[in-house]
Amino acid sequence: MNYALTDEQAMIQKMMKEFADEEVAPGAEQRDKDKAFPLEIFKKLGKLGIMGLPFPEQYGGGGADTISFAIAVEELSRACGSTGITYSAHVSLGGAPLYLFGTEEQKEKYLVPICTGESFGAFGLTEPNAGSDAGGTQTTAKLEGDQWVINGSKCYITNASYAKHLALTAITGNEHGKKEISAIIVPTDAKGFTVIDNYEKLGLHSSNTTELVIDGVTVPKENLLGKQGEGFKQFLITLDGGRIGIGAMAVGIAQAAYDRALAYANERKQFGSTLSKFQAIQFKLADMAMKIELARNMVYKAAWLKDQGKKFSKEAAMAKLYASESCMQICSEAVQIHGGYGYMRDYQVERFFRDAKLTEIGEGTSEVQRMVIAREIGC
Amino acid sequence: MNLFVILKRTFDTEEKISIANGAIAHDSAEYIINPYDEYAIEEAITLRDTHGGEVTVVTVGTEESEKELRTALAMGADKAVLIDAEELDHSDQFTTAAILATYFKEQEFDLILGGNVAIDNGTGQVGPRLAELLDIPQVTTITKLEINGTDVKIERDVEGDVEKIETSLPLLVTAQQGLNEPRYPSLPGIMKAKKKPLETLELDDLDIDEDDVEAKTKTIEVYLPAKKEAGKILSGELNDQVKELVSLLRSEAKVI
Ligand SMILES: Cc1cc2nc3c(=O)[nH]c(=O)nc-3n(C[C@H](O)[C@H](O)[C@H](O)COP(=O)(O)OP(=O)(O)OC[C@H]3O[C@@H](n4cnc5c(N)ncnc54)[C@H](O)[C@@H]3O)c2cc1C
Repeated sequence: MNYALTDEQAMIQKMMKEFADEEVAPGAEQRDKDKAFPLEIFKKLGKLGIMGLPFPEQYGGGGADTISFAIAVEELSRACGSTGITYSAHVSLGGAPLYLFGTEEQKEKYLVPICTGESFGAFGLTEPNAGSDAGGTQTTAKLEGDQWVINGSKCYITNASYAKHLALTAITGNEHGKKEISAIIVPTDAKGFTVIDNYEKLGLHSSNTTELVIDGVTVPKENLLGKQGEGFKQFLITLDGGRIGIGAMAVGIAQAAYDRALAYANERKQFGSTLSKFQAIQFKLADMAMKIELARNMVYKAAWLKDQGKKFSKEAAMAKLYASESCMQICSEAVQIHGGYGYMRDYQVERFFRDAKLTEIGEGTSEVQRMVIAREIGC
Repeated sequence: MNLFVILKRTFDTEEKISIANGAIAHDSAEYIINPYDEYAIEEAITLRDTHGGEVTVVTVGTEESEKELRTALAMGADKAVLIDAEELDHSDQFTTAAILATYFKEQEFDLILGGNVAIDNGTGQVGPRLAELLDIPQVTTITKLEINGTDVKIERDVEGDVEKIETSLPLLVTAQQGLNEPRYPSLPGIMKAKKKPLETLELDDLDIDEDDVEAKTKTIEVYLPAKKEAGKILSGELNDQVKELVSLLRSEAKVI
């Protein structure tokens, strides 16, 4: 047992903390108001070699581990949830499937620009009629000669406006009445491919969430990602890793809300003493501190298991579930501790509260996490 | 060009600091590279990138200081030297400068860069003392540095004014805020830092006798500044406010 970060992890944490405080936090509130995508921040992260953090150096990546990835997501999310989800999706939904299932040529062509920051990474799974039940995909891809002809639509796809290409899932066959789902890499500038960016969201306003319309898009046969018919299996594996990212994002937002709440409680006076002298408030803060500690430990554990090459599906689901539900509770209490001020934008906990909710929905809802855990424990 | 940076591991004054047994409690403090030394590191790396050569970062500290040296290597320095002075019970600016001088007398250097002050003790003495011991020119609190062959043009901050100085290598300078914007260590830099050479020297390796570097000063007491009480805002008629202020200065603040 060893709870210490390695030298590299500690240095990455320190660097990301400074970067988040100095470069990400200052404009976060304004970007949220303006719905402005944090492009400049990502250019800087690209120069620092962070965009391809967990991928091998031969593809332009940083060669760091999953724990370092979780650290980076947490620190960015602490400053700005939108920046956090953008980065998490870029790496774990955009980059990871290419790295895990791509051929050497596909990695050269599609993973390298993601690692260098030339393109954002994205992944198109969810459809209007296929959310938690992602197997309910209706998008189809038919092989005509040596081309896939793709028709359908996707919804709530993160980063697609800024991605040069993305992998999406589609039905590629129907064997014995069973849908065969595969993943196919599609350039976003392909004819018939439209990215629509006009959702009105609850939070994460400076992240990019899009609808994809795929109307007779043709791509070469070799754009198939991984094996034909294994699309379902592949995205389950992809989401396992992604859950570590969303868990880390939840820890970051929770930490930000807690930091504000503690500072405010130590400052605000009512009935002649600071709020932090009231036991009712102390207990809230104690619970917040405890939950953050536990959530972070679970995120690290899931990441560690992944780095060790061990099974981590159950732990990733637990980490994501616990971290996201804790994050929501913590943000709610942070607003509560701020009273009326917390309901106003100026005190920032209002933004954390809005951003937090996504962590209970994206990459599998809390209910889906419980289904995964239940399956893993033998129900 | 042979560039050296002298750097110090200090506690982060922006984080919580507590005192136990008459000293800063080490386990509760956060440690960083002294911020002024970061300007020195940045300047050295930039100079190396334009003029060629090598950047060596040197610290007098303990094993713990390896972290800060590695960070400097991650930023882009080429080599690091840790002079381990753990065995010394007491040390001060004289001690550090004397140890560094012994080390530097065996080195070939063109430029030594340091921070203007360390934010812990804030004496700003080590740089100037070292230059004196090495018998080389020194310019403190610099905000601009230009090197042409061995000619050096410098701008330094003198209480808000700018002083322009011309001098020559070999030279020691100390960095003031404004000299540059220190870079973040990049991820490749961090991943490579472990593979870069970090040499540890004991005082014995430098033939230093503890007595010869014995501290010239003694710390009597360490305490935190008194907690600032909330201020008072007076209200009412101006004349009454003045009266109240005078009486408060007399009776409460006891300054008149
Ligand atoms: C900001 C944002 C970004 C996103 N980014 C991406 C992306 O990049 N790529 C992508 O593919 N998708 C993305 N999504 C989609 C996201 O993954 C889905 O919204 C999520 O999986 C839930 O699917 P759904 O919205 O269709 O809800 P539904 O599946 O319709 O669920 C509705 C409710 O029913 C519950 N429920 C469903 N089935 C069961 C069951 N069997 N038992 C109990 N309860 C159940 C759910 O838990 C939920 O509470 C994003 C979503 C958002 C909001």
